[in-house]
Amino acid sequence: MEHAIEMIGITKTFPGVVANDKVTLRVADGEVHALLGENGAGKSTLMSILFGAYNADSGTIRIHGKEVDIKDPNVATELGIGMVHQHFKLVHNYTVTENIVLGMEPTRRLGLLDIGRAEKRVAKLSETYGLKVDAKALVEDITVGAQQRVEILKTLYRNANIIIFDEPTAVLTPQEIEELIQIIRRLKEEGKTIVLITHKLKEIKAVADRCTVLRRGACIGTVDVADVSEQQLAEMMVGRAVEFEIEKKPARIGEVVLSIKNLSVADQAGHLKVRDLSVEVHKGEIVGIAGVDGNGQTELLYGLAGLSPVASGTILLDGQDITKATIRKRIELGLGHIPEDRQKHGMVSDFSVAENCILKNYYQKPYSNRYGLLDQKRMEADASQLIVQFDIRAGQGSKTKAGSLSGGNQQKTIVAREINLSPHVLLIAQPTRGLDVGAIEYIRHRIIAERDKGRGILLISFELDEIMNLCDRIATISKGSIVGIFAQHEVSEREIGMMMAGSRREGGEA
Amino acid sequence: MRSLERRESFTNRLLGSDGAVSVLVVLLGFLVGTILVWMVGKNPLNMYKAILQSLSGYNVDNGKMNVRYIGETLNYAVPFILCGFSMAFAARAGLFNIGGEGQYIMGLTVAQVIGLLGPNVAGLHWMLAILGAMCIGAVWGGLVGLLKAKFEVSEVVSTIMLNYVALYLSRIICLQLPGATTYKTANYPETALLSNGLFRSLTNNSMLNNGFYLMLLSVVVYWFIMEKTNLGFGLRATGFNREAARCSGIPVVKSIAISMAIAGAFAGLAGGIVALGSFRYGRVLAGMDNYGFNGIAVALVGNNTAIGTMLAGFLFGMLKNAQALMQGKQIPKEITFIIQGLIVVFIALRSAIAIYLAWRSKRQLQKEVLAK
Repeated sequence: MEHAIEMIGITKTFPGVVANDKVTLRVADGEVHALLGENGAGKSTLMSILFGAYNADSGTIRIHGKEVDIKDPNVATELGIGMVHQHFKLVHNYTVTENIVLGMEPTRRLGLLDIGRAEKRVAKLSETYGLKVDAKALVEDITVGAQQRVEILKTLYRNANIIIFDEPTAVLTPQEIEELIQIIRRLKEEGKTIVLITHKLKEIKAVADRCTVLRRGACIGTVDVADVSEQQLAEMMVGRAVEFEIEKKPARIGEVVLSIKNLSVADQAGHLKVRDLSVEVHKGEIVGIAGVDGNGQTELLYGLAGLSPVASGTILLDGQDITKATIRKRIELGLGHIPEDRQKHGMVSDFSVAENCILKNYYQKPYSNRYGLLDQKRMEADASQLIVQFDIRAGQGSKTKAGSLSGGNQQKTIVAREINLSPHVLLIAQPTRGLDVGAIEYIRHRIIAERDKGRGILLISFELDEIMNLCDRIATISKGSIVGIFAQHEVSEREIGMMMAGSRREGGEA
Repeated sequence: MRSLERRESFTNRLLGSDGAVSVLVVLLGFLVGTILVWMVGKNPLNMYKAILQSLSGYNVDNGKMNVRYIGETLNYAVPFILCGFSMAFAARAGLFNIGGEGQYIMGLTVAQVIGLLGPNVAGLHWMLAILGAMCIGAVWGGLVGLLKAKFEVSEVVSTIMLNYVALYLSRIICLQLPGATTYKTANYPETALLSNGLFRSLTNNSMLNNGFYLMLLSVVVYWFIMEKTNLGFGLRATGFNREAARCSGIPVVKSIAISMAIAGAFAGLAGGIVALGSFRYGRVLAGMDNYGFNGIAVALVGNNTAIGTMLAGFLFGMLKNAQALMQGKQIPKEITFIIQGLIVVFIALRSAIAIYLAWRSKRQLQKEVLAK
């Protein structure tokens, strides 16, 4: 078997962590090879080394059998390696063609740009590989899926025959994912070698030939995808058996506890991102907001939590109007919030776990007396209890700096604080992003336990699986409005995907 | 990714401690200062003799002891420490208060006004003057806080501007005071002075005064507010992560205004103490005293903690007192400014040290991994 890529014994350390520990990866010529692992398993580091963004501490790399030293991305490009990044590197007010040729613009005499020639080549490439995209359109006007095709064209334009996809489906709707899979198959037919970085098993089963699994920086093994089940892949990735379906009892739905009526919220720049949105959350249910990133989810949450002013509409919490209430007032009335960005909004990383646990009620009894003095002993005692209850792994107990915890334990700390305040309504955004499987399972169980205590939960997530599994009702958001609300098993993933792309289901209540 | 257990080496622990780094930085500043003195052809030993004398009152050259020098060092340290608190308090809430100088000048001005015009009642008079100084400092700082909180005016710009407003406003006011000439006013009545008979007799008639008590009280107040009250908790949260504080319902706007007001009160207190403690007459300022600006360095060296800032303030007070003694020993007094400057420059090494520690741990990790 001819190898397109051989990375042998790659070791790479960062301060405090071993990102890759003698990892060996062999990718055959012309195959689709998946690189599977949890967040932080070292997949991206390994590929960044191949692409020349990092230099390995030790190990050798061979491309088509020849040993190479990839000092920087330019060397990688010369060797025919292209990378489609998770976060696209495109100039928004340039056209598709301008973006593709950026850095190697074709010129005529006197250095004049020859965009016409480039456009012809781009059109030919997109035809050959079935990459539908308008070569003359501005990048800011085309869909996310099309932007990704531009990124792929960029690599093809530079004559790449090895293409690395870094988590390519994170920003796509289910339909766009389907299209991408077709594109990858087409690229393979044309003789390209593909490396697919992902933690989504379905996609691996759909498109990959072989799969190398990384866990905590070490290489677990390489398998033929046809020979293994999703369950087996998951076990290799995590190191133990994993549950796929989340068990939960049927919801015991009570009265309305959060009522959002005709809400509009603008972003920082003043553009309306939430438009005339209405939705209700009852006691004892989880309402999920499904949608592609950037369709107003963040602004909706900011408006509800009080971080952004509301342009119009009303928010009722337990029947009380909190549309204009201060953040503290909302918290006191029983609004919990597990924010999307835990580093920025969720915690003070220079504070201890104990201090973070009382961040929202430090000024109240029992932590402060009426003279405004803090009761540090009480604070630490209560935090120690939460640490036990929520299984937070903290080296120095309640005195551990929150910033030194792992992502999962930081999230557990935030969840512990919010749940401990026993809110009536809990706003939760992306609760499991970037966490390992153990922490994900734990946090999902906690969310369901809160529901069973009769709390109303509004969940925003870009992981459709999470929404489909966890929520009792699913609302789909597109361009700032709800395009349909359905009960959990009343709707298929495909239909949700159609709605995420903006089309309303017939007969669906909007 | 996996983090490896590693035993903390002595170097790691030393460089990881902010206090130890501050001491190291000060020593480094003196080392370079010594080399400079030696390079310009003077005897560095004379510099240390002057420093020893300002510290202990002992004159090595003639073997005489004069405790007055200790009193003066302590007295010089008081405004440095208080202006250090002004910078440090705001810094803990995430603000950069360059306005210590203006707040100091306003405090000084009001103390002079009350000192000259106030009620001639023993005890009450100077207390009223000091209280006035603190209040005007709080207003001068709080104004900046309000501008910042309500209109997002950068506190750096507004404090610098207000420093000049304070200086010239002070001149206008002080020129109206009884007996004012272009540089001084009439003498204060006895009741306005901060002088303390006990300190006088203990330190051979130095200028050390009641301001010393007020400074010690301030150290306790600073520590208490920051570490023990929920006000301090909110301020620290705001300082570390303003967005998380806001998201947790902490009234960030109020926190910013309050912290600038308290910072201003510390600087105003410094102004009041210098006005009524170190002089017998009001001054019509022609330039800035620079205590406010030096306070920035003091807070930096003291790492914004109560005890650290106090110790750093003593260091600066000692250097100031040593200046005159150095001149007597043919050492240019400017060397003290150079040492202060070097210390501030070396403080920037804190981040370099962090980088060095990260590099060390990475190298150690590499060794462990490759050795397996």
